[in-house]
Amino acid sequence: MSTQLVTESAALRRSVRARAISALGPLAMVGGVAWAFLQPYRITLLHPHGQGFWWLVIEPPLLVVIVGVVFAVFIAPGLIEDLEEAER
Amino acid sequence: MQPPAQFVHWMFATGFLLLGLCLLGKAIVGEEIWNRRTWRAYLWPSLLFLMGVLMWPVMVFFTNSTIHMLAHGSWAQAMMVAGAAELGLVRGKLQSPYWRLALPFALVVSGTALLVHEQNGWLFARSAFLHHALGWTSLLGSIFPLVAVFRPRSLVWSSGFALVLVVVAVMLYSDRDVAPIFGHLSPVAGEQHR
Repeated sequence: MSTQLVTESAALRRSVRARAISALGPLAMVGGVAWAFLQPYRITLLHPHGQGFWWLVIEPPLLVVIVGVVFAVFIAPGLIEDLEEAER
Repeated sequence: MQPPAQFVHWMFATGFLLLGLCLLGKAIVGEEIWNRRTWRAYLWPSLLFLMGVLMWPVMVFFTNSTIHMLAHGSWAQAMMVAGAAELGLVRGKLQSPYWRLALPFALVVSGTALLVHEQNGWLFARSAFLHHALGWTSLLGSIFPLVAVFRPRSLVWSSGFALVLVVVAVMLYSDRDVAPIFGHLSPVAGEQHR
């Protein structure tokens, strides 16, 4: 196998890894949003009247979205940066 | 002001989901790149340790039997030991890679505790079903971190462990205090909650 082919193959694999990392957060967010559509009554912010404290604070589909946002905003960018730097 | 048990399960599910995503990210990029930033290297072991610490108030406030107290206490200890071992390895205080065995150990302890402290059958109610399912998932899932100790660069075993944690999170999110499972709800389980 020529050096060029090896390099191209490695570059393709690298981009797959970077894409996988950048997809993790949005995938979690989509999961949370899908859950919210399937069980809208779990989003008590939409109908807060008469809800107890815990029902208002802990809304599982929103928690899933928040986890996705945390990963996408705080973890993934630096990780992709380090990954691409290591691959250069 | 004490939350019903289902809310506690959902809070821990959130922790497990974040833990799973972090470990999935680590499995994809490899340990060397993951550990390039110090805060990131400490992130998931600290989260695991914190979840172990937070199991203690669960033990104190949600103890309705001796076996519940023992189960929650053993989870707390096992998660703290696993988190602490990983923190020690990241810091360099611990050198032997066999300290990573604390992770499968924690899963085996958790799985056993889940199975032992659930006194009802699978179809008694949703929570009983989930206790059985979580117990077996933890027990069988411990094979992933166990093999990963000996094959640390393997994507399959590392990502397998991360996915086990994501599955655990999904099951914890599915928990309800009293709810049917596949249409079954024991008449002695109590009135169904939303």
